[in-house]
Amino acid sequence: MALNIATGSTSHSAYDLRSTFSEVVEKHTLAVIVDNEPGVLARVIGLFSGRGYNIESLTVAETDHQGHLSRITIVTAGTPQIIDQIEAQLGRIVQVRAVHDLTAEGPAVERELALLKVVATGDHRVEALRLADIFRAKAVDSTLGSFVFEITGTPEKVDAFADLMRPLGLQEIARTGVAALSRGVKTA
Amino acid sequence: MDGTTHMTREMTGARMVVQALMDQGVDTVFGYPGGAVLPIYDEIFQQNDIRHILVRHEQAAVHAAEGYARSTGKVGVALVTSGPGATNAVTGLTDALMDSVPIVVLTGQVPTFMIGSDAFQEADTIGITRPCTKANWLVKETDRLAATLHEAFHVARSGRPGPVLIDIPKDVQFATGTYAPRAGHASRYQPGRQPDPAMIEAIVEAMETAERPVLYTGGGVINSGPEATALLRELVSATGFPITSTLMGLGAYPASGPQWLGMLGMHGLYEANMAMHGCDLMLNIGARFDDRITGRLDAFSPGSRKAHVDIDPSSINKVVRVDFPVVSDVADALRAILETWKARGARTNRAALDAWQGQIDQWRARKCLTYTPSQTTIKPQYALERLEALTKGMDRYICTEVGQHQMWAAQFLGFEDPNRWMTSGGLGTMGYGFPASIGVQLAHPDALVINVAGEASWLMNMQEMGTAMQYRLPVKQFILNNERLGMVRQWQQLLHGERYSSSWSESLPDFVKLAEAFGAKGILCKDPADLDDAIMEMLNHPGPVIFDCLVEKHENCFPMIPSGKPHNEMLLGDASTKGAIQAGGAVLV
Ligand SMILES: Cc1ncc(C[n+]2csc(CCOP(=O)(O)OP(=O)(O)O)c2C)c(N)n1
Ligand SMILES: [Mg+2]
Repeated sequence: MALNIATGSTSHSAYDLRSTFSEVVEKHTLAVIVDNEPGVLARVIGLFSGRGYNIESLTVAETDHQGHLSRITIVTAGTPQIIDQIEAQLGRIVQVRAVHDLTAEGPAVERELALLKVVATGDHRVEALRLADIFRAKAVDSTLGSFVFEITGTPEKVDAFADLMRPLGLQEIARTGVAALSRGVKTA
Repeated sequence: MDGTTHMTREMTGARMVVQALMDQGVDTVFGYPGGAVLPIYDEIFQQNDIRHILVRHEQAAVHAAEGYARSTGKVGVALVTSGPGATNAVTGLTDALMDSVPIVVLTGQVPTFMIGSDAFQEADTIGITRPCTKANWLVKETDRLAATLHEAFHVARSGRPGPVLIDIPKDVQFATGTYAPRAGHASRYQPGRQPDPAMIEAIVEAMETAERPVLYTGGGVINSGPEATALLRELVSATGFPITSTLMGLGAYPASGPQWLGMLGMHGLYEANMAMHGCDLMLNIGARFDDRITGRLDAFSPGSRKAHVDIDPSSINKVVRVDFPVVSDVADALRAILETWKARGARTNRAALDAWQGQIDQWRARKCLTYTPSQTTIKPQYALERLEALTKGMDRYICTEVGQHQMWAAQFLGFEDPNRWMTSGGLGTMGYGFPASIGVQLAHPDALVINVAGEASWLMNMQEMGTAMQYRLPVKQFILNNERLGMVRQWQQLLHGERYSSSWSESLPDFVKLAEAFGAKGILCKDPADLDDAIMEMLNHPGPVIFDCLVEKHENCFPMIPSGKPHNEMLLGDASTKGAIQAGGAVLV
């Protein structure tokens, strides 16, 4: 069980020597299970800024109220050696219970929710609605001059929808960042 | 009160602090009072189990706690007030983080209901110290205080040791809560891991056939404890492998041992660095491939397979890619290696090892620490040779400040045992040595404690003369006074066209008079002929001594691997330095 992994370790074995020192930058999605205590998020973010790692997106919320656990999902990019370092550095934070590299551990589902405000009239309104339908986006607010669409999907799908909405009057976008779970019966 | 009673009890937060310290076996706290910790000081006043040492600056409290911790293997404790007390502790915390020293720092904080209001002496201590602690906690409820204190000690000493901090608002100190005893404390933080037997087997196999092996050991051996030292010594003598160590690891293997190569790295010995460069099997035991050690990375020990034992998974493959990673405590790994090696027949490649030893003897014959002696001025190396000769075999602890004198001390003093050498390695903190020597002396009242200092570093915490006098601590401040920020001057000479920008120690005090002003003894020595007598006078004096040893002002510290150079391109003396460091290397520190 993932949650039983000792603090200070990562699920990624230190003995697994993939081509660590390659120069290829990869994008990885990490799930970090932490004690829901004040300051943990600051420590995680401080680790990234202090050591010069990338954060492409970060989401956090309590996921286990009884167990007092939060799940932080971080999308980051780096060479394999940097990714390994990030996991090891996260793993040694005292309040971190487990670190999972969802990208390395097998297929995972990644979803992001976005709200898009499109201000449009006439043909543009019609076209916006048509496209929203194709993308399975919902109009969660409508006025005579505007829509707010809600869309859920991979970051790429959200990007594609936003690109199409832009010429139609996209004014504002709010994105949650990625939440991710591994596929299949295994838990992270 | 009885510190061994395990009944939970009602008491104030301030009382809980003292009770928890007693429960943790603490006998000494280094600190400085202020408004936000007055309740705790009041409790300290009303008991006799814990001794409070009043330092003269909070930075010194933390370094003293570090000295105490490193010389005993126990957790050191410092207590300071909010705001400026806490910010003054930051350098010590960072120092302890870099060198993996277990300390607990307690800071006072403004009362919870004033936090965030820019109250008098309020600082975001948790925010400021987050990146320089292993963990830190703001305790907002008195009921949580005892458990947090026990957790803090546990975290400080478990896994890779390090500094932790607890921020305690004043109202939490006054309020009453239930004390949770240490015995009932269960922590989720259990970072230990056992070595992987398959990996140990692979390392042993490599050891059996290695033609040019070398052990490269670090502070992790000493942090692991006496068993690790004993196992290391057994491994070295059983295999006959040569051994070198980082600055932090000196003493784990005795300097008088036959396999000892001396320290390695930027100012390490020629034979140690050449062995690292030329080896075919490197066994890194509790060291972390620091840049002072590796030099230019792409030319670091190019022909070797490398094993790395470290309790911290993030140290593995951080800078140097290794073939045999082992995440575990050093003692566990060494025990496993020894057992496996013996079980497989205790084999080594004897013939090849003899040839390797022959090669090492040739490197040794270069006598890389040779310096030009003088009849008229005291060479710093000579001063240390005499100090070594006159104190050898004594129950001796050495601290240092940071600079040339520190490197010469590492080169010229011999360390026979662990926990006898306290120096700021990772952070390189000038001002570390004097307060550290105070912490060491308090832990070892009858021992000889010497701080080998540079005059510039020493001035950074010279106020601690007051502490040394107040507590009658006979610490010997052995200042190699070159009237220069010597290490800076050396780099300016070698890298910046001999433009000595602000690297002079101007307006130095008369150190003898300074000692006397504090009621201590001062000794001035400038003639090599007087040196032995002067050192004996220092050793025979029962109180603190400032020894002002006027040394050659422009001596350079060699060997030196210039930044950006590989191990086999060491500078061995002034003659070799011309044009040795080019623009590429100058950007490195
Ligand atoms: C707090 C701090 N400030 C600056 C430095 C940079 N520095 C390293 S060595 C050195 C000179 C030290 O001079 P001194 O203590 O006299 O020792 P010496 O090198 O002359 O033996 C300086 C300024 C440092 N290591 N620490
Ligand atoms: Mg000097």
